Amino acid sequence: MLEFIVRRLFQGILVVFGVTATVFVVTRLVGDPVALMLPLSATEAQRAAFAQQIGLDQPIVTQFLRFVGDIATLDFGNSLWQRRPAIEVVFERLPNTLLLIAAGLGAAVMLSIPLGAVSALRPGGLVDRLTMSVGLLGLAMPQFWLGLVAIVIFAVTLKWLPTSGMGTAAHLVLPALTLSLTPLARFTMMVRASMIDELNKPYVKTARAKGLGLTRILRVHTLRNILVPFLSISGWELISTLSGYTVVVETVFAWPGLGLTAVQAIQRGDLFLMQAIVFVIAFLIVLIGIVLDILSKAVDPRMELN
Amino acid sequence: MAASDFTASLTPPIPATTSAPRSAISELLHDKAAAIGLAFILLIVFLALFAPLVAPYDPAAQSIMARLKPPVWMARGTWEHLLGTDNLGRDVLSRIIWGARATLTIGAVTCLLAATLGTVVGLWAGFIGGRTDSVLMRLVDIQVSFPGILLILLVVAVLGPGVWTLVAVLSVTNWMVYARLVRGIVSSTRQTPYVEAAEVIGCRPARVIFRHILPNIVSPLLTLAILEFTNIVLAEAAVSFLGFGVQPPATSWGLDVASGRDYLFIAWWLVTFPGLAIVVTVLSINLFANWLRVTTDPEEREKRFARAETAKRRRARRRVGA
Amino acid sequence: MTMPLLEIDNLHVCFDTRAGTVQALRGVSLSVAPGETLGIVGESGSGKSVTAQAVMGLIDVPGRISGGEILWQGQPLAGVDVTRAARGIWGREITMIFQNPMTSLNPLMTIGAQIAEVVELHMGFDRRAARQRAAELLSAVGIAGAERRLGQYPHEFSGGMRQRVMIAMGIACEPKLLIADEPTTALDVTIQAQILELLAELQEKMGLAIVLITHDLGIVAGLCHRVAVMYAGQIVETGPVDAIFENPSHPYTQGLIRSTPGLDADEERLTAIDGAPPGLLRPPSGCAFLPRCPIGDEGCRAPQRLRAVGSGTVACRKAGEQAWREAV
Repeated sequence: MLEFIVRRLFQGILVVFGVTATVFVVTRLVGDPVALMLPLSATEAQRAAFAQQIGLDQPIVTQFLRFVGDIATLDFGNSLWQRRPAIEVVFERLPNTLLLIAAGLGAAVMLSIPLGAVSALRPGGLVDRLTMSVGLLGLAMPQFWLGLVAIVIFAVTLKWLPTSGMGTAAHLVLPALTLSLTPLARFTMMVRASMIDELNKPYVKTARAKGLGLTRILRVHTLRNILVPFLSISGWELISTLSGYTVVVETVFAWPGLGLTAVQAIQRGDLFLMQAIVFVIAFLIVLIGIVLDILSKAVDPRMELN
Repeated sequence: MAASDFTASLTPPIPATTSAPRSAISELLHDKAAAIGLAFILLIVFLALFAPLVAPYDPAAQSIMARLKPPVWMARGTWEHLLGTDNLGRDVLSRIIWGARATLTIGAVTCLLAATLGTVVGLWAGFIGGRTDSVLMRLVDIQVSFPGILLILLVVAVLGPGVWTLVAVLSVTNWMVYARLVRGIVSSTRQTPYVEAAEVIGCRPARVIFRHILPNIVSPLLTLAILEFTNIVLAEAAVSFLGFGVQPPATSWGLDVASGRDYLFIAWWLVTFPGLAIVVTVLSINLFANWLRVTTDPEEREKRFARAETAKRRRARRRVGA
Repeated sequence: MTMPLLEIDNLHVCFDTRAGTVQALRGVSLSVAPGETLGIVGESGSGKSVTAQAVMGLIDVPGRISGGEILWQGQPLAGVDVTRAARGIWGREITMIFQNPMTSLNPLMTIGAQIAEVVELHMGFDRRAARQRAAELLSAVGIAGAERRLGQYPHEFSGGMRQRVMIAMGIACEPKLLIADEPTTALDVTIQAQILELLAELQEKMGLAIVLITHDLGIVAGLCHRVAVMYAGQIVETGPVDAIFENPSHPYTQGLIRSTPGLDADEERLTAIDGAPPGLLRPPSGCAFLPRCPIGDEGCRAPQRLRAVGSGTVACRKAGEQAWREAV
């Protein structure tokens, strides 16, 4: 187990290094950070001073080593917009994002398993057709649009919930539901498909020949077997949520998390803050990947630890 | 076991691909959802191709006189603007038609680039095998764990927003799925007796790839590309919505939703119709792709038949019971 | 004769496929008496497994029972409305073990849990008692170190050991009938003998009736009291095992014996039956074996019913004629 974790950690470090290299190439070689971060009105002297301050006058290799060193010590520089260390801003906003994701994905996981299971029991039945239709719609709806429609219906017309911002639990409802629809659709379809697959496997025939009822077979036998694929797809969905969906949903609902901060940072040309966000998210993704792999191995006794 | 055993051993083999295109069409018409999906796809492609001829107005033409007109069926609506106008008096319908052009172009070009890159890498890795294979696939593993949209935003921020930046970035972040698929198929096909035989009798690698392996890849690759196309459409819409994709005065459905957002409370149609265009496009493609996937797979076809049969039987039983 | 345990009467099963309806069973009738071992032989597709699955209520979409009756001790066992009542019989009084022990056990549940589950359900044992019973059962089927093995998963067992586990589950509630569907086909030859020996031993100890489904006549000869030979969804011949082997009446049975190594003392060479069984989409109304039969003629196009011949029954109007004499 320990060896597996070490290997997995090593792979994680590779990913972070890959992100580092990509960001370095994009920001330092392709783009011009000085032009990006300083206002158009900045004088030539100001530009030169800034370039020297962030080390642009050094040879490329030195620049890269310094870049890596800064990241290793979590020193991403000061946010131009907030005028304090970028990492501080990130750690301040991160909990809000995690709260939103926990609520949204949590709802998706809770709902998808019973929905998918019931659909799988009667493929082509009423529940199944209803679930599949909603699922297909869920996969087709862009989250920014769904969020706006939800605001019009539930916040403006019905006045049940606040339109945007963060504060009470009621503020969480609309963003979390908006965030949950796509993962819910994907989870439900996955649970349904693998449940149908599992129900056709020989061990289910054995269980039926034992005289077990369908509910018990579902609950005790097949559920356990879809847990491993479910873990891996929910991991993927967590990763895409963390690095994509939240940006959109937080923007629509003005939810003060990392996604909204990222958009604001880009609009203000705050490269250092943006870099800090990208790296923290990359770290989180690597971490999630490792935790998921360990969990899968814990659930499935067949997996060899290599 | 029994069921599959029987259908396999006792039924005359069912041709996997229906002989005449006519029977494929009749089968498609049987699945109403897929048929409607295909009809919508064709409609959208038609609109995109002939946008200058079909669209009633120039999408960028402003008219102060006709600002924020509602759709035709509302009290203040007029036949001149079927789906109403925006805050600058631009015709919503025309903008949606031109937006189809932007969306389909970006989607198609991105898919083509990503699929080509992915297929080449996949073929290379699967065919050479060994060290090259593991290095390439490790690269894929690493890039798959990159923080998607965030990284795209960073790149776009540095390079400056624009259609071609977006296409380039989306291609570079989407080729991995194709590489994985192709490599998987190649390495499994290489172990089949007919490819081994071809190699034993001395076929050159190029010939083995093009004559024996590529034909096996086309169908799954096409299905994947169709599904990926919807992902690209959604990603483009999201990035344009955030303001980092297609830039005005060009049009895009995501961009239109973003600019309609400020008028959400007084002109709901500005957000609703471009959004619906995205939903309908993605939904149609998914419905059609799903049907295509099932239809090209004989085993899935048999399963679909069995499911329809059970549902029919269940309904009949319920009718008898009632 | 005492009342049979299991009685199947004119059973029809069909499968709806895109190409049409496959008639997998076309009027199968047989009975099993308490304590006896009945072998069902036939080539793949002849309907032997489908018969077993029909008894266990395992016919799934696209298949369905389209006619006939299955009686367990005189009570109907299959059909739409009786499944609930039958659930107390399946797994309790009739149990089944399957062809492939590698996939027939749940890979993510411990062996102990899978055995204990069935005694908890049918015998009302509490968890501890069920576990105790599971350990006894493992020892009874010849698995050493039962206590330790209970906590292991199927992948830690060999194929033969897994089939022993399946048998342990099969006898857990002291059933009256055990259906074994090709129990040794997936196993090594040496292991096959051990499993068959175990079945024979258990039968003697528990007075269990066994239905043994196989395509291997050698296994039937060693273990069964009675044999039913199936061909194209019908039973073509039944009888005591000795009588069938010494004096087979149906041309198909004769051909089957001639093509099995080590059974036919008179012939030195093995000979195959030419041709293939008919498709069951449009089965012939007469004898299904006619196209392959050396002695068949126009009269065989009429439906053939099972009739008593000697100590068994045969569905052939020329029963008893030597079909393959001239072929040698």
